[in-house]
Amino acid sequence: MTDNECAEMRLLVQADVDGELSPHDAAGLAAHLEHCEGCTTLQEQLVSLSARIRQDVPYHKAPDRLRAAVQARIAAAKPANDNPPPRWRRLARPMVPFGGGFALAACLALLFLVPSGAELPDAVVSDHIRALQPGHLMDVVSTDQHTVKPWFDGRLDFAPPVKDFKAEGFPLAGGRLDYIAGRPAAALIYERRKHLIDVYVWQAPGRSDHDPDGGSRNGYNFLHWTKDGMSFWAVSDLGADELADFVKLWRAG
Amino acid sequence: MDPPAGTFEQIVLPHLDAAYNLARWLVRDPSLAEDVVQDAAVRALNYFSSYKGGDARSWLLRIVRNTAYTTMAACRQGVTASLDDDEHPALEIADTADDPEAALGRVQSVARLDEALAALPPELRECLVLHELEELSYKQVAHITGVPIGTVMSRLWRARRALIGRRAEGDPR
Repeated sequence: MTDNECAEMRLLVQADVDGELSPHDAAGLAAHLEHCEGCTTLQEQLVSLSARIRQDVPYHKAPDRLRAAVQARIAAAKPANDNPPPRWRRLARPMVPFGGGFALAACLALLFLVPSGAELPDAVVSDHIRALQPGHLMDVVSTDQHTVKPWFDGRLDFAPPVKDFKAEGFPLAGGRLDYIAGRPAAALIYERRKHLIDVYVWQAPGRSDHDPDGGSRNGYNFLHWTKDGMSFWAVSDLGADELADFVKLWRAG
Repeated sequence: MDPPAGTFEQIVLPHLDAAYNLARWLVRDPSLAEDVVQDAAVRALNYFSSYKGGDARSWLLRIVRNTAYTTMAACRQGVTASLDDDEHPALEIADTADDPEAALGRVQSVARLDEALAALPPELRECLVLHELEELSYKQVAHITGVPIGTVMSRLWRARRALIGRRAEGDPR
């Protein structure tokens, strides 16, 4: 399958096996298969693999206790929200409590419903709000950048820059690992009086550097810039001016 | 935000097998998968107002899928391991999700098909599980995984190429 034409053909062969090809395209493919041994072999391999997956790979049905547990959770969630979450939920804490405001819930919904590139500001702001929920703000609590930076080593396949601006009134408070729109990200947490700033960093290979641009979502301001193949997002409920000052400091530091 | 009990349950409960199967294949641990499904069900209840009718299974599976990724990310952080002395094999999960190339390398040496599927990187694994086991269309898989149809096609292709190319399959490409 090194031949260029066949390289394009293989997705068609696959789509045909998957029953996703229009009759017109299927007819074109059939003509190609008549004289192409490579694609014919591929077609046989795909059909055979598909059959074996459906035959040999287990389909895991929900255990009865899970069905009962889900029904109980749904029933319990409806009238009140005072039920303590199961143990693991204390850790990831991805949910807004039921008593939470509609705006917050809607905002969180965006995180799950539209994780595409065009909606990144929503995803980032949602994550910031989610992180403000109890128990999810920080994985490593330290005001020392030399503690926070090594903490990320081995947890990410890139090294996010970690900086502290205590002297300037933006002390580093800690760090956290997140998963935003399908990619692993480092989150650095800074404090400003009673406000918190999250700086998200993830890899953006091939992206050229660009200066900060920003906006706001649900009362949270954000600034986004790209540097050295990394994408940066600063999010906070701080005023836009103060956040801009912080970002300026951060980029210069 | 607060739909009547019967309606939500009528919509979600028939797809609990699909939800569990996807969660199980993503997090690869029975009890963690149950946690994922439970949490996804509660999330689904919260987002029920965003459900506009239609393909309920895809709607639910999309929430299950995102819940599973959140859980896997939490496990990768080692949070589960350090704060919760449960039986969840957090580090095992952390292991393969990190490096797709290494994961594909591991697939090459796995003889059993189900184990090879489990060893695929999660974004490839979920496409095969949804398409082959759940028998969903490219379009439905694209909706659930939040990527374009073209990406689903190339992920399916990469997943299958890895499975066909295994030594155990005898006749690599």
